Amino acid sequence: MRASTALGSAPRIFSSTTTIVYLVFFVVLLLSTVIAASAGRSFFTQGNISVLLTSTTVLGFVSIGQTLVILVGSLDLSVPFLVSIASVLSAGVMAGQSANMASGIATALITTTLIGLVNGLLVGFVKINGFIATLSVGLIVSGYLFSNYRGSTGKAAPALASLGEASIGFVPVMTIIMFLCLVATVALLAKTRVGLHIYAVGGDPAVARMSGIHNAVPIIVTHSLSGLFAGIAGLVIVARLGVGSPGVGEQGGYDLLSIAAVVLGGAVLAGGRGSLWGSLGGILIFATLDSVMGIMQLNPYLKDVVRGLIIIMAVAVYARSSIPRTTFRFPVASEGRRASVSTARGEL
Amino acid sequence: MTTSISRYNTAPLPMRVRVLRSFATPGGAIYLLLAALLIALILYNPGLAAPDQLMRFIGRTAPVAIVAAGQYFVIVSGELDLSMAAVIAAQVVLAGNLIGQNAARILPVVLLMIGLGAAVGLVNGVITTLLKVPSFIATLGTSLAISGLTFYATGGAPSGNPVNSFRAIGRDGFENVPILGFLPYSVVVLMALVVLAAWLMRKPFGRTLIAAGDNPVATSLSGASVWWLRTRAFILSSLASTVAAVLLVGYAGVSPVVGDGYDFAAITAVVLGGVALSGGRGWLMSAVAAAFALEVLFSLLSFVGVASTWRPAVQGAIILVALGAPLIRWRRRAFSASPGIPVASPAPSPGEEVSA
Amino acid sequence: MTTSVPATAAGPKKGKKVHQIGSKTTTFGVAAIVILALSGCAPGSNTAGAAQPDSGTPTANSWFDQTQFDLENAERTATFTGDPSTPYLQYIEGEMVDPAPFKADGPKKVCFSNAALSNTWRQTGWITMNQQLKVLQGQGIISGMETRNAQDSDDTQVADIDYFIKENNCDAFIIAPNSPQATAPAVQRACDTGKPVIIFDRGAGTDCETVFVHSVGGMAWGIDSATFVADNVAKGGRVIALRTAPGVDVFEQRWAAAQHIFDKAGLKVTDYITGADPTKIKSTITDEIAKGDIDAVWVDLADQAVPAVESFEDAGKDIPIVTGEDSLAYLRAWQDKGFKGFASVYSAFQWRTALLATAMLFEGKPIPKDWVLPQVPVTKDDLDAVVAANKGMPDGHYSSFGGENLPGFPTVWQNRTMP
Repeated sequence: MRASTALGSAPRIFSSTTTIVYLVFFVVLLLSTVIAASAGRSFFTQGNISVLLTSTTVLGFVSIGQTLVILVGSLDLSVPFLVSIASVLSAGVMAGQSANMASGIATALITTTLIGLVNGLLVGFVKINGFIATLSVGLIVSGYLFSNYRGSTGKAAPALASLGEASIGFVPVMTIIMFLCLVATVALLAKTRVGLHIYAVGGDPAVARMSGIHNAVPIIVTHSLSGLFAGIAGLVIVARLGVGSPGVGEQGGYDLLSIAAVVLGGAVLAGGRGSLWGSLGGILIFATLDSVMGIMQLNPYLKDVVRGLIIIMAVAVYARSSIPRTTFRFPVASEGRRASVSTARGEL
Repeated sequence: MTTSISRYNTAPLPMRVRVLRSFATPGGAIYLLLAALLIALILYNPGLAAPDQLMRFIGRTAPVAIVAAGQYFVIVSGELDLSMAAVIAAQVVLAGNLIGQNAARILPVVLLMIGLGAAVGLVNGVITTLLKVPSFIATLGTSLAISGLTFYATGGAPSGNPVNSFRAIGRDGFENVPILGFLPYSVVVLMALVVLAAWLMRKPFGRTLIAAGDNPVATSLSGASVWWLRTRAFILSSLASTVAAVLLVGYAGVSPVVGDGYDFAAITAVVLGGVALSGGRGWLMSAVAAAFALEVLFSLLSFVGVASTWRPAVQGAIILVALGAPLIRWRRRAFSASPGIPVASPAPSPGEEVSA
Repeated sequence: MTTSVPATAAGPKKGKKVHQIGSKTTTFGVAAIVILALSGCAPGSNTAGAAQPDSGTPTANSWFDQTQFDLENAERTATFTGDPSTPYLQYIEGEMVDPAPFKADGPKKVCFSNAALSNTWRQTGWITMNQQLKVLQGQGIISGMETRNAQDSDDTQVADIDYFIKENNCDAFIIAPNSPQATAPAVQRACDTGKPVIIFDRGAGTDCETVFVHSVGGMAWGIDSATFVADNVAKGGRVIALRTAPGVDVFEQRWAAAQHIFDKAGLKVTDYITGADPTKIKSTITDEIAKGDIDAVWVDLADQAVPAVESFEDAGKDIPIVTGEDSLAYLRAWQDKGFKGFASVYSAFQWRTALLATAMLFEGKPIPKDWVLPQVPVTKDDLDAVVAANKGMPDGHYSSFGGENLPGFPTVWQNRTMP
């Protein structure tokens, strides 16, 4: 809340947060190794690493989109339903035929991107709060899903299914694709005009508007991209499960999990601050934690307790070390926000 | 209406104008929406026109309205509480397991529940304000921890319902009340809490709480302790969840899924009531009215016969339209200012603007 | 409805001067149209299988499979081989598994991929399974069981199974699939290891498994309770069906069978999806009571029954037929309040049988490939005896838990002790 000026030092503060994220990750990794070893098990087995990487993939795709949306100062709570709709649409169109693979993928991704676009229009133009807008759109999509699909449906194209199982060494191909998408999005943020505008609008919508940015554009772009990445996550699930399922996104709890991962990666929920590398670190922290709890066969209820405590502790650590920051969770993207909000936040 | 302050116009507008104008804000329009939904529901279900049936209906909406009131305090202070569902579930299970069939334990267990509720609120508040963890994450974390511990401690299942004399709070009411016929205790609890909350919002606490949500820097500079204001808001929110839990364990009985979705329902209600999700703006009564309107809507969907799988979709669409439509109308009207309504302030007064 | 509610929502809002200017009306219009296009047709578009409250037209439920229906209907009354006092070892005669390839010397390690512990039935079964494990460990047949819990997620379960395969230190796989089709590829990979694969509860969408342990099935569950309703309600009677969740095969099968029987009996059925949330159930039933007399409430899960019963009490109405399941909460309410009830059973003791089947393979004993266990519903005649036999158990306990002769009985189940 302390209003600070340090615009010039902003980049260093930013990178230091990501450094802390990876420090936390290595602490968690080290502890996990020790805990696993103390139980006579090894953390670094091929099976465990490959499962760990696999579990980062779906959440990774969703979190790329979620990071963008959070950077611009919004939220996307519709992602679980977008993952589900992508899974049922693609599996339905493919119907187990490799010839239908391209059309299945296109149908799924166009649909989820369009729904993301609707989210973006509602938040950027109609100016409904992102939390409520995406929650409502999610409800609408879920109504569609459960009225039209009842349980598993369709079948993945064999080519997609084998891609889901393929790995180079012990790194699954899907994880590599996720990583490439992440790198591409990092470039988008750093090198393009809209990327810079995302940070600007998330940092301070009023200032961004006064500097001549059309605030709605980055909001719409990020929400559409979030839709696209949620769609890809749905395709990954189809590749792994072989079928589409209307409830698969909700099962994964990807809405809250991706938001938690992004914040665990050092992003500020108010927008304007955060990085995709940080989010990747956040996902790795989660995956490592889940993995060691799995090895230790921890009671599933206690797993939730551990997850909850780790999220709070990690974010508290970042908060201690990275000031200045704002206390506004949801910056008002509209013009109504008083100028006093504008603490210095700049990754630019 | 209580918090509508015109900053630059010292002379208060005539009451009639103020009331009319308030209906044109989301916080006021929710009453019209509520009235319209209620009339529609009564048309489909004429039995509801009988006072005792209406009272029963209000009674069953009391828990969610109380939770919405609790969430209002947190949201108006600029934060968010996602731990309400977990607190409700934990308290419900606690009541079931500790009270059991022993009526003598009711009082000590209720005191324990209140203490626990206050403690959860305190923890949420301290993590958010002093540890500077965003409340979204802080309360998400505590909710995972609370529900995980509850399930772990009970082996996933509560032992059974508490004694009927305890459940009566949420299930029974005063019989043979003049005019009303039947007055559920939960309605009395709701009324008492709403009056208490409205009183709090008129006190310096309420005023500074709104200020803290609107502009924490200025509020802090003016000498108020923002962290303690917000922490108290979290405590009020957890206590509201606790009261809702007591009513729910009576109304519905013990089940670990009781309270599921109450945090999102409460947030939706608060926003639908015209309260800015970014804090600092909005009316308590509108949030409560919106919670009631949502319950009327659910009931209406059932009477209209909307297929069960489509209900969430209709709910989502209505929320979007209710929130989106007035924003559009406003902007169009901005071009043609009606001379009958004077422009009072350059900045919107509390409750006028749905947050972006 | 479609048009009137949005209109009501938008209607009352009167224009208000605001300092900001911008006419985004068109944009909103577009957004609203897209949204309403997605949802607007809602009430009219009853898809196949969705409830059709007001018409008696036969429903085409995609989950309804006549062959499966007939099979389970017949198996309900089939003759089970084995001692009736140990129902968890009974089976219907059929193809047997040759245990020779799996016979082992010394204790072996079992890996268990569990879908979830998210409901009381699963928790009860899990407690029984762990007590059975202790016995088998004591006998030196099984050295230990490593368990991974998928917390209701298909994707997690696939990862769990792959973990077991890649770690390569399991001598047998026990899998309780989260959903049959989605876990099929992973189950196939487990089969490819050549080690015994024991599936129980919901099936897997494969036929590679060594043994499939289950009690008769979800359709039989639905047939049992729906037949009771159909026998006791006159044609044209009004039935409310409370469903837990759409798209989950266990619940869909129960509902598909019940719906078929209701249709044939000419009953008017309205179904609701409640998430087994007692608050929603009470509101739903209260609203339905306001619409007119209800002849029966059919539920697809035990947890739904008691709140439904209470709704009638609160409204001051006589409690009609309310069906349920063998959870103690329902059985006790049924006994106390004396309404017409019926408890379908999906035998929780199959958790124990899955482990016993694995042990028998290691011991070289032949077992049935499709191990169908009995599932005997609780009727009015057995009610008092069943409730008495489970005295002291918590409400979430199931009478078909099948652990009466295991160590730790009854305290372990009373305290719901689980690892």
